[in-house]
Amino acid sequence: MKIFMLYFSFTCSLFAHEAQAAAESNILAIAMFFIFVVFTLGITHWAAKRTRTAKDFYVAGRGGISSFQNGLAISGDYISAASFLGVSGLVYLHGFDGLIYSVGFLVGWPIIIFLVAEQLRNLGKYTFADVASYRLKETPIRILASVGSLATILLYLISQFVGAGKIMGLLFDLPFYLSVILVGSLITAFVFFGGMLASTWVQIVKAVLLLVGATILVFLIMYSVDFSFITLFSKTIEAYGSDAIIKPGLLVADPISTISLAIALMFGVAGLPHIFMRFFTVSNAKQARESVFYATGFIGYFYILTFLIGFGAIVFVSTNPLYTDLVSGAIIGGGNMALMHLSHVLGGDIFFGFISAVAMVTILAVISGLTLSGASAISHDLYISVIAKNSKNKISELKVYKYATVGISAVSIIFAIAFEYQNIAYLVGLAFAFAASANFPILLLSLYWKKLTTRGAVIGGSLGLLTVAILFFLGPVVWGEILHGDADAAIFPYKYPALFSVTIAFVSIWFFSITDKSEDAQKEIEAFDEQYMKSQIGI
Amino acid sequence: MSQEIHKKIKNNPKYIELIKKRKTLVLSLSFILTGTYFLFIIILAFFPQFFAIKIVQTVVPIGIPIGISIILLSLILAKIYIQSAASKFDDLVGDIIEDSRLDS
Repeated sequence: MKIFMLYFSFTCSLFAHEAQAAAESNILAIAMFFIFVVFTLGITHWAAKRTRTAKDFYVAGRGGISSFQNGLAISGDYISAASFLGVSGLVYLHGFDGLIYSVGFLVGWPIIIFLVAEQLRNLGKYTFADVASYRLKETPIRILASVGSLATILLYLISQFVGAGKIMGLLFDLPFYLSVILVGSLITAFVFFGGMLASTWVQIVKAVLLLVGATILVFLIMYSVDFSFITLFSKTIEAYGSDAIIKPGLLVADPISTISLAIALMFGVAGLPHIFMRFFTVSNAKQARESVFYATGFIGYFYILTFLIGFGAIVFVSTNPLYTDLVSGAIIGGGNMALMHLSHVLGGDIFFGFISAVAMVTILAVISGLTLSGASAISHDLYISVIAKNSKNKISELKVYKYATVGISAVSIIFAIAFEYQNIAYLVGLAFAFAASANFPILLLSLYWKKLTTRGAVIGGSLGLLTVAILFFLGPVVWGEILHGDADAAIFPYKYPALFSVTIAFVSIWFFSITDKSEDAQKEIEAFDEQYMKSQIGI
Repeated sequence: MSQEIHKKIKNNPKYIELIKKRKTLVLSLSFILTGTYFLFIIILAFFPQFFAIKIVQTVVPIGIPIGISIILLSLILAKIYIQSAASKFDDLVGDIIEDSRLDS
């Protein structure tokens, strides 16, 4: 602990030192950044305190949280650096094709309303593992669920750390690896000492800030083009040099990639490990589905904004020598920073500082939520339910939980350095591919398919996870760009593995379930009717 | 829940009605949404030039309003579900639970 504190103060002072060095270049932005970060942390701290006294987190039925507020909180959980920086960055670099992410990140939500939200609420289950083990065997399901969740969480975290590192690098003029390590340790320390609870009010405050920030940005863009989409798009074409930017094909050129990405985005949402417990912060199933409806509204609105922000950045950032490299013409900091530069062009230092702070608080809140659910997957699902059962030297769950927090962050920070040049939305899309390949099929089938058995779920889910992991490793990003410096060196040619892994998961869950003739399987099938009734009416 | 109540609810015509109605609604809404979304994706995958067709003074490609319409469609379908649920299903669920408590 002491060592950690020392390290913490060391990084802080190093940070301050670097900050001084960079201060001459953008002192006003840095000042605004700190003011806003402190201000928002102040609000969230105050809000978190309120939450604790109101006892509304985890406690169903007496929350005092309305569906509208809960919807904001859900969108706060969901909208991360990937949506804010990543989607706008994709549109900046690839134009039209960024729309696949904007649409795909949203369409999973109505499906949650139709098929999952009320059912989970009626069953009284907070997590995917809890639902699946309602009638299936608990231990193997928990192991599988926690592995699937951890993979999803790690990729999600990596993308957030890439975003955080990039923003810090931009503000303080630091090399990427240094700023990732610095900001990563600061955030980890913050989470470790319980600085920000992933509570409802924190996410509400964050969601409002994000929506307001993005709305102002789009207002400034539209103001500069006299509120005319025709002007916006003709200026976009002019700035890019050809109309290819508003046509499909710059990001995903082959049909397999397009379909694969679309599958991951739509079905990944329902497999995310950190969203479901929000169905329990309101008092009944009706409010649960209403909250998801409001969330869908906020998220949809937000994605339309980020799409426009991407085009705004093409018009105002790509043509401005201040933000592009003199030699290569590439954007400084990479595509993920398009939105940040845009805020500087349109709103000056103060607005840039504000947007940096909003982005950082967003990242901080999402990282807190993700790290906490990852750490509890390790300490609760893996350690307590599996490892500690067969071991004599038990350490407390809390200790495991704390080690896990640091471990998860450290791993993500290291990977974030390797993934510096990857788009943030792409990385989150990949996290969705993991969620869609194991968690989602098991969740859906355990709720609606009578014949699902433990054997089918475990074998099918594992095959889905293995497929997505292997294809990702052998694909253009890891095997190609990171290990061999050339995307064409990849063994598996597609960046998006979900089409294959989701198919394998569904087919093998089906096959290994219907061929399972054991007695346990029979019991699991018999238990379906009661579970189904409970999921429909709550008793 | 005892086997008896379970059986009783299962045979309650209101329960059968609820399950049937909800299934029809959920299946049709999900079908419309996934159908539209994957139609969009299939066109994007195999006939991308369709989305490049320009409307409005030859600068805005048709793909952009279509994409944004899918976002709006998601919202409309979600709204349809929560409204039908509130007006039809909630009362049925209430009745079913009430019925199951009577003389048991």
